[in-house]
Amino acid sequence: MSTSKILKSATRKRQERILIVITLLSLASLAKFGFASNTHLKTTFGFVLGREWVWVHEWSVTSAHGSFIFSILALLGCGLGYWMLRSGKKLGLSSALVSFGLLMSFVCWAAADKFIPFTGLLQGALLLAIPLIFGSMSGLLCERSGVINIAIEGQLLAGAFVSGVVASLTHQAGLGLLVAPLAGALISLLLAIFAIKFSVDQVILGFVLNVFVIGLTDFLYKKLLIPYQATWNTGPTFSNIQIPILGKLPIIGPVLFDQTIIVYLMYAFVAIITFALFKTKWGLRTRAVGEHPTAADSVGIDVNKLRFRNVLLAGVVAGVGGAYFTVGSVGSFGKEMTAGAGFIALAALIFGKWSPMGALAAALLFGFADKLQQTLSIIGVAIPSEFMLMVPYIATIIAVSGLVGRVRAPAADGVAYSRGGSH
Amino acid sequence: MNSLRKLGTKLSQVAALPFLSFLLAFFISGILIAVSDSRVLKLAGHPWQMIKMAGTVIGNAYLALFQGSIFDINLTHGHSFFQGFYPLSETIVTATPLILTGLSVALAFQSGLFNIGAQGQFVFGAIGASYIGFHYSLPPVLHLLISLAGGALLASIWGGFVGLLKAKTGAHEVIVTIMMNYIAGYFILWILKTKAFLRPGRIDPMAPEVGTNARLPHLAGADLRIHAGIFVALLAALFVWWLLTRTTMGFKFRSVGANASAAKTAGISIAYVTTATMALCGALAGLGGAVHVLGSEYAMTADIAGSFGFDAITVALLGRAKPVGTVFAALLFGALRTGGRTMQSNTETPLDIVLVIQALIVLFIAAPALVRYVFRIKNLKTSASITSKGWNG
Repeated sequence: MSTSKILKSATRKRQERILIVITLLSLASLAKFGFASNTHLKTTFGFVLGREWVWVHEWSVTSAHGSFIFSILALLGCGLGYWMLRSGKKLGLSSALVSFGLLMSFVCWAAADKFIPFTGLLQGALLLAIPLIFGSMSGLLCERSGVINIAIEGQLLAGAFVSGVVASLTHQAGLGLLVAPLAGALISLLLAIFAIKFSVDQVILGFVLNVFVIGLTDFLYKKLLIPYQATWNTGPTFSNIQIPILGKLPIIGPVLFDQTIIVYLMYAFVAIITFALFKTKWGLRTRAVGEHPTAADSVGIDVNKLRFRNVLLAGVVAGVGGAYFTVGSVGSFGKEMTAGAGFIALAALIFGKWSPMGALAAALLFGFADKLQQTLSIIGVAIPSEFMLMVPYIATIIAVSGLVGRVRAPAADGVAYSRGGSH
Repeated sequence: MNSLRKLGTKLSQVAALPFLSFLLAFFISGILIAVSDSRVLKLAGHPWQMIKMAGTVIGNAYLALFQGSIFDINLTHGHSFFQGFYPLSETIVTATPLILTGLSVALAFQSGLFNIGAQGQFVFGAIGASYIGFHYSLPPVLHLLISLAGGALLASIWGGFVGLLKAKTGAHEVIVTIMMNYIAGYFILWILKTKAFLRPGRIDPMAPEVGTNARLPHLAGADLRIHAGIFVALLAALFVWWLLTRTTMGFKFRSVGANASAAKTAGISIAYVTTATMALCGALAGLGGAVHVLGSEYAMTADIAGSFGFDAITVALLGRAKPVGTVFAALLFGALRTGGRTMQSNTETPLDIVLVIQALIVLFIAAPALVRYVFRIKNLKTSASITSKGWNG
């Protein structure tokens, strides 16, 4: 058997295993949520936020019926998965259907006799996912070219700090957004110099840079931002821009097309990065440098120069993500306000198998889990929120340990390159 | 005499890079302290006065840092001379868990693993020790020993899981430990709200105090907080040194750390080394959590771990992953942490500058080429640098 055939059958085996696991999950969901839910109390979903065309105001369903319907939907997704596997297609649609069905089944069960603002839930999920998406795109640009980026947290925090301060001093949210990428790129510059020029271990380096940025921003926050709050830390924020027609559509309008400029920038970044990585010369070279730098070098690509540029670019992307925390939402900077978003972004990148679309989907999923936990605790559902908050981390451990589908990093990720070979 | 000179030369070689990095980090942080000070900024028009003021500001900050961490003459007024060492006692109290978590990270480095999970392991050590400490009542000494062992054991399972996962599936320990730190953080938030850990009649998330038999005894009277945990930490350092240099197991650890494929060819089981190392790392960091609860906190809270597990990484890096180096690095960072508090209250220099100093020291140590360039020293001795091998290594 040829190598590619062996690889293919191994992938197929793993996919079969994933399908078995999610089918079992769906059956468990049917048993737990569908058959054991409350049959009298209703779960109500609200669909209207105010600025869009009204289609349906709300939808009430008996908790048990709702759970049952959505569990069946998840099972249908599994069935679709088997069919897709048979015909050799990718499992994207199937896994989306299954996750949606399982999540909704859970919500129907958990929120019996409660009101769930469905559109608000989705909108909040997207907002929570924004820094994760920017962060994971930053990680992607670094790691696809072979430089591990653990400093995403630091880049986000630097972006948040600088954009908040500049916006506050100049009373211009736009200027804040403009300088945020520079702050991110500055951290990237340190990462690039020490990782590429001095060949410092990249995991250690990223870790130390995070400590450095946390220390620096905390120090300046206490020294300048608290005592002189009026001038230094009362920044303006962007207001939402509703896109004509699209923004008026029910549900997807307010979620996707009635947002601030940072959200629209996010769409643009993800689209450009996805296109450029797989369809341009730059993308091909980047991937080559990340997988096999020696081969890339032998055809005349300057490995370290390309890596240096990509790491800087990654800082720009993460910096914009950092601006979301200040000018994109609350205006003023708060001590360590990124609160680990950089590490969830790293988790999303890994869970998404180092691909732009995968990372995007993972970030959205993690954002949704977080928002769902917030919403359930606000409406008073007695589920320990701590376990909901663990979801991104547990999911990532499951992903890297290959229990459901093995993920693989770019081959040369984290290995410093010098011509002639260092190892 | 000759051997003494040799020792001196060796010491200066080993200590030169950390010392110079230290100097550079304090210099840069000093500039940061000066340029963010309003008294200095007001003198912007008068360069000479400004420099003098900057010198005063930096001097006062670093003096407070020393007074707050080693010895403060002001504390001896009306008390015994001994009381002046109150800050030193505090430094050692802070350094004790740091030594243990630092050893945890250092041991992992020796086996070629990067243990970012000391934070989570610390949490489980604290949970185990706290529960045995308050839930049971046992005779003296025995209660203390069982509490310490229970904490270490629980944390060693938590840490060993990472090793096992890596051995069986190849999941990278850096990714897994980062994620498990967060899981541990949420887990302790949850467990403090459960019936088993709530104080009777209270709803605030704080465990009951451990029994008196389970506490580590004070070493210098009730006025100073220094406790016997420092001996536990030093014994652990001795143990790690013995393990690495005097046992077959330690030899296997170091072989895998130096060259995994060569070790494999020589018949050493990588899976065994990975699992055993991570379980031991967990036990060490967990012992840190146990000592912290049984020696100085008594009652466990959600932020019991503070940043002991994260500082451990900078400690291990500064200590070059050697047991002795780790002890000294932990004492240094313990002093910075403790003195930083005095500096913050006396001179309005935020404690967080300590994080900047820590990060810079480690950054310079990791990049000897930079230090060599700054000080124009050509033959600065650098021992083999600690490297992990990327996600696929």
